[in-house]
Amino acid sequence: MPSDTVIASAAAAPPGPVRAFWNAFSENRGAVIGLFAVLLICVVAALAPLLAPHDPLEQVKGATKLPPFWVEGADPRFWLGTDAVGRDMLSRLMFGARISLFIGLSVMVVSMVVGVALGLAAAWYGGLIDVLIIRIMDLIMAIPSLVLAILIIAMIGPSLSNTIIAVTIVYLPRYVRLVRASALAELSKDYVTAAKVAGVGPFRLMTVTVLPNCLAPLIVQAALGVSDAILEAAGLGFLGLGAQPPTPEWGAMLADTRDLMLSHPWVMALPGLCILLTVMAINLMGDGLRDALDPRLRKS
Amino acid sequence: MTTVLEARDLKRYYSVKRGLFAGEATLKALDGASFTLERGKTLAVVGESGCGKSTLARLLTMIEGPTAGSFRIGETEVVGADRGTLKGLRPRVQIVFQNPYGSLNPRQKIGHALEEPLLVNTALPAAERTRKAREMMQLVGLRPEHYDRYPHMFSGGQRQRIAIARALMLEPEILVLDEPVSALDLSIQAQVLNLLAELQERLKLAYVFISHDLSVVRHIADDVMVMYLGRVVEQGPREAVFDGPKHPYTQALLSATPVADPARKRERIVLKGELPSPLSPPSGCAFRNRCPVAREACAAEVPLLRPIGPQMVACHFAS
Repeated sequence: MPSDTVIASAAAAPPGPVRAFWNAFSENRGAVIGLFAVLLICVVAALAPLLAPHDPLEQVKGATKLPPFWVEGADPRFWLGTDAVGRDMLSRLMFGARISLFIGLSVMVVSMVVGVALGLAAAWYGGLIDVLIIRIMDLIMAIPSLVLAILIIAMIGPSLSNTIIAVTIVYLPRYVRLVRASALAELSKDYVTAAKVAGVGPFRLMTVTVLPNCLAPLIVQAALGVSDAILEAAGLGFLGLGAQPPTPEWGAMLADTRDLMLSHPWVMALPGLCILLTVMAINLMGDGLRDALDPRLRKS
Repeated sequence: MTTVLEARDLKRYYSVKRGLFAGEATLKALDGASFTLERGKTLAVVGESGCGKSTLARLLTMIEGPTAGSFRIGETEVVGADRGTLKGLRPRVQIVFQNPYGSLNPRQKIGHALEEPLLVNTALPAAERTRKAREMMQLVGLRPEHYDRYPHMFSGGQRQRIAIARALMLEPEILVLDEPVSALDLSIQAQVLNLLAELQERLKLAYVFISHDLSVVRHIADDVMVMYLGRVVEQGPREAVFDGPKHPYTQALLSATPVADPARKRERIVLKGELPSPLSPPSGCAFRNRCPVAREACAAEVPLLRPIGPQMVACHFAS
């Protein structure tokens, strides 16, 4: 058959999906920089116990409020100086990266899993269940996110794990709505009907047939969700409602050094800078991911 | 001859909301279709868009149930059957859709798409499923290396072969073909039609062939059912309907089919007006406001199907 040979030779030419994705992704220079910055932060967080020069909780007597190495009066033992009670800033920032990334990733994973389950349920059952799920999500979205998070923390008490629960609930609606919308669009397509006629049951239909076709926007949302969660958790930490002292959490570190802002600005500037750089790197990467995964934005 | 499918007066109505304060309207998508389908034969369902062809396909494949009427697959009654019976019946009727670009899951390899029906319906081991999938690929003219490819790597005609292969994996007795070639190029159409004819011969399949292309129908059908606005207007053996159409709508349809013979004299019947809204069809005969022979009686009474010669015609004045 002539049409077969034409297809075979044409199919060899285009690159595989991974290769095509990387080509589209690497076109965006900011995205590549973001990706490497994220990788660097991950490595530092993972190897913090090996890389950190000091115990992040150890208070060195007589070495309080030391400036970083480029300022006069710095102590060579403490590259980035020390805080008000003599703890090494560099070590605390490294361990802080662990906590922030842990919060960001766990919020993303939990809200994505729950969001996908609720979104698929809403799309499949429709009717009352759909209305119920979507209205509850609307309710969550109607309250400013930080206010809602504070409300939840006030109910369940401030701690690191409760921060994760609160931020997860706040960010749930975006996943639910996204999954529901794309699942509804997929459900009306012929291949889903064909699977139904072939006898595929509802659970397999939603998870194996429909879900993989809704993944592209979900991946982008998840990547950007990590940075939002880090920011939200830092905000809660700053208000004293997140990780509790002496845990080296970036937001809490900002809050602890508030009264030193004018006399020793670097103590406050460093954790703030860390939050800024991490969030920016993840956002840059997420933007590149969206451009690469959306075929409408892809240059052909 | 064994009857594999028998439908009696199948109806499917939808209620349509027309606005916030307007009441619900009833859309009679399918308003009474009766037919029998024999093993190894093809019933062609013909009509323009919105005449109820695709609704019929959805009923026969048990995607949705009829509002009224009943149908049997083999000896088993479908309407009112319990879930277990329906699960047993589903594999016996499979469907091939019009658009091969929408009917294959873009994230599923061809091999897996073919094995999925076996995975969810049978207890065959994985190796056996793979063997059957490869056998089926060969049967529909796909090459072994296509097993690991994704749908976007295929042309329309090849995709339709894949869709046909998937429908055949459960060894159905009846295949509903919902305009299977109308999205394909003319040369590919012929290839797919030949494949369908060959498969029917070999596997003794019964086809319900839905189409609006009369030259394709003339090529493939044993029996023809012409529909207009949800109702059957004429049905009968292919030769009878094509050579001696009795209903004015069938006559008009046939006169519009191009014939590759410049010497043949043709009388073109051009219908007036547009297809009326299915929400408010004309009283009496739904075709009367476009019909060249309509009279007052047509507005008063709905014409019923009655035998005229070898076929059945729903027209007061046909003879």
